[in-house]
Amino acid sequence: MSETTGQPFRLPEGGRIHRDEPLRFRFDDAEYTGFRGDTLASALLAGGVHRTGTSVRLGRPRGIFAAGSEEPNAVHQIEEPFPEPMLTATTVELYDGLVARSLPGRGRLADRPDPARYDARHAHCDLLVVGAGPAGLAAAATAARAGARVILADEQPELGGSLLAGRELPGWTREIGEELDAAPEVRVLRRTTVFGHYDDNYLLAVERRTNHLGAHAPAHLSRERIWRIRARHVILATGAHERSLAFAGNDRPGVMLAGAARTYAVRYAVVPGRRAVVLTTNDSAYAAALDLAAAGLEIAAVVDTRPQPGTWAQRAEQAGIEVLPGHAVVGTRGDTHVTSVTVAGYAEGRLTSSARQFTADLLLVSGGWNPVLQLYSQAGGRLRFDDALGCFVPDGCRQAVEAVGSANGTFGLGRCLAEGTAAAARAIAADPIPLPSFTDEPSSPAIQVFVVPGTDADGDGDHTHFVDLQRDVTVADLDRATGAGLGSVEHLKRYTTAGTAHDQGKTSGVLTSGVAAHLMGARIAELGTTTFRPPYTPVSFAALAGRDRGALHDPVRVTPLHDWHAAHGAVFENVGQWKRPWYYPQDGESMDAAVQRECRAAREGVAFMDASTLGKIDVQGPDAATFLDRLYTNMMSTLKTGMIRYGVMCRADGMVFDDGTVARIAEDRFLATTTTGNAAAVLEWMEEWLQTEWPELRVHLTSVTEQWATVALAGPLSRELLAGLAPRLAVDAESFPFMAWRDTKVAGIPARVCRISFSGELAYEINVLGWHAPALWDALYAAGRPLGLTPYGTETMHVLRAEKGYPIVGQDTDGTVTPQDLGMGWVVSKKKPDYMGKRSHARAESRRPDRKHLVGLLPDDPAVVLPEGTQLVAGSRLPEPPVPMLGHITSSYRSAALGRGFALGLVRGGRDRMGERLYAPVGGELVPVTVASPVLYDPEGARRDG
Amino acid sequence: MNPRPPGADLPEHPDHLWRDPEPGRSYDVVIVGGGGHGLATAHYLARNHGITDVAVLERGWLAGGNMARNTTIIRSNYLWDESAGIYEHALKLWEGLEEELDYPLLFSQRGVLNLAHSLQDVRDSVRRVEANRLNGVDAEWLDPQQVKEVCPIVEISPDVRYPVLGATYQPRAGIAKHDHVAWGLARSADAAGIDIVQNCEVTGIDVSGGRVTGVRTSRGTIAAGKVALCAAGHSSVLADMAGIPLPLQSHPLQALVSELLEPVHPTVVMSNAVHVYVSQAHKGELVMGAGIDAYTSYTQRGAFHIIERQMAAALELFPIFARAHVLRTWGGIVDVTPDASPIISLTPVKNLYLNCGWGTGGFKATPGAGWVYAHTIAHDTPHPLAAPFTLDRFTTGALVDEHGAAAVAH
Amino acid sequence: MLLIPCPWCGPRDEAEYTYGGQAHVPYPQDPASLPDEEWGRYLFHRANPKGPHAERWCHTAGCRRWFNAVRDTATNQLLAVYRAGEPRLAGGEANGRDLFA
Repeated sequence: MSETTGQPFRLPEGGRIHRDEPLRFRFDDAEYTGFRGDTLASALLAGGVHRTGTSVRLGRPRGIFAAGSEEPNAVHQIEEPFPEPMLTATTVELYDGLVARSLPGRGRLADRPDPARYDARHAHCDLLVVGAGPAGLAAAATAARAGARVILADEQPELGGSLLAGRELPGWTREIGEELDAAPEVRVLRRTTVFGHYDDNYLLAVERRTNHLGAHAPAHLSRERIWRIRARHVILATGAHERSLAFAGNDRPGVMLAGAARTYAVRYAVVPGRRAVVLTTNDSAYAAALDLAAAGLEIAAVVDTRPQPGTWAQRAEQAGIEVLPGHAVVGTRGDTHVTSVTVAGYAEGRLTSSARQFTADLLLVSGGWNPVLQLYSQAGGRLRFDDALGCFVPDGCRQAVEAVGSANGTFGLGRCLAEGTAAAARAIAADPIPLPSFTDEPSSPAIQVFVVPGTDADGDGDHTHFVDLQRDVTVADLDRATGAGLGSVEHLKRYTTAGTAHDQGKTSGVLTSGVAAHLMGARIAELGTTTFRPPYTPVSFAALAGRDRGALHDPVRVTPLHDWHAAHGAVFENVGQWKRPWYYPQDGESMDAAVQRECRAAREGVAFMDASTLGKIDVQGPDAATFLDRLYTNMMSTLKTGMIRYGVMCRADGMVFDDGTVARIAEDRFLATTTTGNAAAVLEWMEEWLQTEWPELRVHLTSVTEQWATVALAGPLSRELLAGLAPRLAVDAESFPFMAWRDTKVAGIPARVCRISFSGELAYEINVLGWHAPALWDALYAAGRPLGLTPYGTETMHVLRAEKGYPIVGQDTDGTVTPQDLGMGWVVSKKKPDYMGKRSHARAESRRPDRKHLVGLLPDDPAVVLPEGTQLVAGSRLPEPPVPMLGHITSSYRSAALGRGFALGLVRGGRDRMGERLYAPVGGELVPVTVASPVLYDPEGARRDG
Repeated sequence: MNPRPPGADLPEHPDHLWRDPEPGRSYDVVIVGGGGHGLATAHYLARNHGITDVAVLERGWLAGGNMARNTTIIRSNYLWDESAGIYEHALKLWEGLEEELDYPLLFSQRGVLNLAHSLQDVRDSVRRVEANRLNGVDAEWLDPQQVKEVCPIVEISPDVRYPVLGATYQPRAGIAKHDHVAWGLARSADAAGIDIVQNCEVTGIDVSGGRVTGVRTSRGTIAAGKVALCAAGHSSVLADMAGIPLPLQSHPLQALVSELLEPVHPTVVMSNAVHVYVSQAHKGELVMGAGIDAYTSYTQRGAFHIIERQMAAALELFPIFARAHVLRTWGGIVDVTPDASPIISLTPVKNLYLNCGWGTGGFKATPGAGWVYAHTIAHDTPHPLAAPFTLDRFTTGALVDEHGAAAVAH
Repeated sequence: MLLIPCPWCGPRDEAEYTYGGQAHVPYPQDPASLPDEEWGRYLFHRANPKGPHAERWCHTAGCRRWFNAVRDTATNQLLAVYRAGEPRLAGGEANGRDLFA
């Protein structure tokens, strides 16, 4: 079935469309049909829709201008199957049920979550070929036949590039495509845009995998896939974009790049008009004119700015086409579409004869071709303006990258093929492959024309001489910018916004430079272009985010006991990547009530918590003690085997970095614990010093955080509970003193029990292999329930330690606090000649008496619990800002044991302010507090031994 | 409804911006670096101190460094008194700058939200809000529902990987149009007679008897009574010419924009934990940034995995951005100090001054930095607001450590 | 995404590494005897050249070993890599050689 009803501009035959697969779509609320193989743009043109929107700034009608990703005008909102802003109609493959809408310059985001999947893959290759036109195919085939690992990527659904829009070599294109598809070491990526070229030949590409299937896209397939490609060599066969030139009224719908019109006719079997004028500065538009004439388009005239156009002009005349050498277009007419084109004699920048008008609904323009060098430039390649070619061409790159074919300024099919195979042969040291013989037509030199003067009759100055269609920038705008004193293309771009739109200046960039050079009387080579930045074409956020969303945004770490916590109603807190039980509300308890209950259990009975997330580092080797002496502020080498010592680590700047316990397992072996959030950082810190500064020390470091599970058991009844489960362990305080560890069995499980307390109560930490943790926990729970054993979370742990004045690194410190500031001078060795941070502790700044000290703070009203973060000031009335601040509250809780609210804080000269009244501004009130010792509970330490 | 076309509300630039003079042979003050800070310094040397025999030397095109590359966030809600002092001074200047320069800067006080995602974030945030208020900086702590009221598109569900637990809010914070700011300052300096010299690279600093005497440039030697360095990422390279080592590391910082979109994002949102910051500029593009690249580099080019992570972070906070598109990415070079605070200082070389180390946050300080730097140059003594930011602090240890909020949780 | 040749594992993506700043900055022999100024320089001053830079990297997601590299900070080109403890290379050693071969 060939259903071309409603497609008045569709040719009855030809093209690469599938006429047996008609597709229905809507654009701006009207129904249309097209065929599989169409783009939204070609289907719209087939339906007679040329105007596809209104310009951003001036509200002028605009139409489809190009046929590829360089399109500046036809940028649309997709409505169905899912809203997506700002897609270029020339790159949207048509699918059934597509609903799109024109836009006044900006798109609209969906108001619902995107259901599609996105992912990424890594790939490595000997040769990446970007672009599957003639040069790219020749290059890829050359490398493939030599057995190299090749990736060939092309943004189109079909291989062929410019060959798809011509009539040359159809057989060769198909055969090479089949050969590459079948080659085992070759990956052919269709619908894949290489959009970024980074250091060390790392390139990014996006593959559009299901978009062309519309609503029928299988949900299990990723919609878009990012390819992260590391290539030993890169060949850029990215082709060239045609550019326009600036003349009056060059923006009307019906003005189109000549090569684009040829593409529509040959590839999509659509003629975008009935009667055309062609304006050109070079030979290429003649091929377009001839192809279009053959397709039935009436060519009113070819207007050539060159006085002597050469052999192509003769061929056109032989085909019955009028050629006007030494002429240019000076204006167009038409309300929403071109209806006529005005032409005048032109030579060397001036009009030489009076105007003549042609009736036409299409004006095809070619101002020359710009090699597509975005990737080359991103890779660090230099560009140079070639005066003969009238375009920027590659001029050397540090990376192993080469541009070939028209991307290299090589125009002519035969030469492109030869260049492609030669480049690949060079890159991988292979032989060139035999190629179809193809003789390029002799060409006549182009002349550079960027601006055609308007006629006085227009009277609009240069205000309709557009250089950037999407940003509505005209020659007059550039004139104003240069008049304001600007001489750099970057400034011109920023003053006028030229080149900043959705197309990032693909068709307008060189034209802008050319016009600016013309206005300033400079050479375009001096001005250059603005910098090309990734991505080459816009890439969706979702594609770049890939699968790193939701639960996979960051790994979730859980302990072996996580399921028990969840089953027992724990509310979890994120601590780094870990999920830690925060508290265990029971029977609809508030957090406050739960924490008070858990605290009471630990102070009055027995309670247990999962402390498995603490970092654990096994430190082994003959020099392990020496090593730890250098990193901890206190002495570790004097620790006896079987004993444990609390330690603090500082950075070289003297500020507290981490704290934890160190157990001596043997003469040459220690187990160091770290805070949960700092475990990786501490290990890296240790490795850094060991490897880079003290390689002579014989020490090995191993993270054992996840090998050991740790259960903290706290409270006056903890000894009784442990004794019952560990019959071989002598638990009396003399046999098993504070800060000792013992290997034994607990509930039949091999365990290392440490007498450590982070609450001031009699307490133990029971360490077992991770996979035994549930059994241990269950045994404790079963044996402990008669004693009232209560699970507690991080909040209770924080309250208990705060009552004892134990700081938490990262909460009570902030990277500006020394151990001395914390009142922990006792943990800083006076004997060691050096430790990390010692020299900094000797600086005047570290010894100022008015440094901030960690102190206790008691609100006068015991019912008050101050918000953490509250600042502290001296007076009972606030002066005008800035108000001097004396410190702030780092930790604040309600204490069941103390029967009141209390806080810890860092206060300037705090240890010299004991008993002093300070004020905490809270919500407009000044709450009086009294400075106290940070150790508010059991200051004499009577409870530690039970 | 016919939505107002984007760009229609953008003001026109004036018909004249600045002259393009040949460099003179001698100036009272030579400012090295024609970015925002250099131009603001020139502007305030003329305006506040009547010093106009000044040249601003720019290696490339004016304001083409970090000034052209930043995400234009302006705020003053810093933790420490010293920082709040200088940034709040800057914000107050921003509030009068359009009038002062008679130039439309698109300064928009749309507020900034700094999101909290952990309990420690909450503590740090409250601490900063309370400190801000006592320092006279507007600040509020918002719960998640209030966050949603300020910025309805933020995801506040508790079921995401790092839920939003609240945010600090500074209503007076906002954004401005960077080019307009630079050009407004340049036009003002030019009108005061100051020479703005582009394409003039400083290749040497002449020092005689411990005193600076001038600079050598790609366009000849220029004598100078005073030389003020103001070159952001290139500060180390310049200071090396005078034999002054600086505690700086130059890193790439990347940013990106989307295509133009209908307004969805009324404020500025920053998140340190889910690392991204986002605003929507006047024309409608989303403007986003994240963290610096890890290694030092002068390439003005970062690595793409930083962008990929940033996009993942953005979609965690703003799921509706899924099908927005990255239109353009770029990189600048930021000069980072050990305490993430700037250096505004005299140097061991007499009459040679330093303004650098602003890291990722220099744009917001532009007028404030220019003001205090001009004072420091004019009086050869630090402006009181600049006094905490001298080089000495790296000897004494009296740092102004703004890293604090990044501390770890137990 | 730089391709960094770990001297132990071979070329790997930058994302596997941790950057460690300037190489060959030894911890002072006797910090206690240093004046504040010199100690401050050790703490806070690191070379920040535009050009070849000897720097430390750790192959964190691989062998976890620290090593040194010379990289041109003006281009990001890696000029040489060598193991910790080996004398500094200038970077010219890599000229004409494919570091990734």
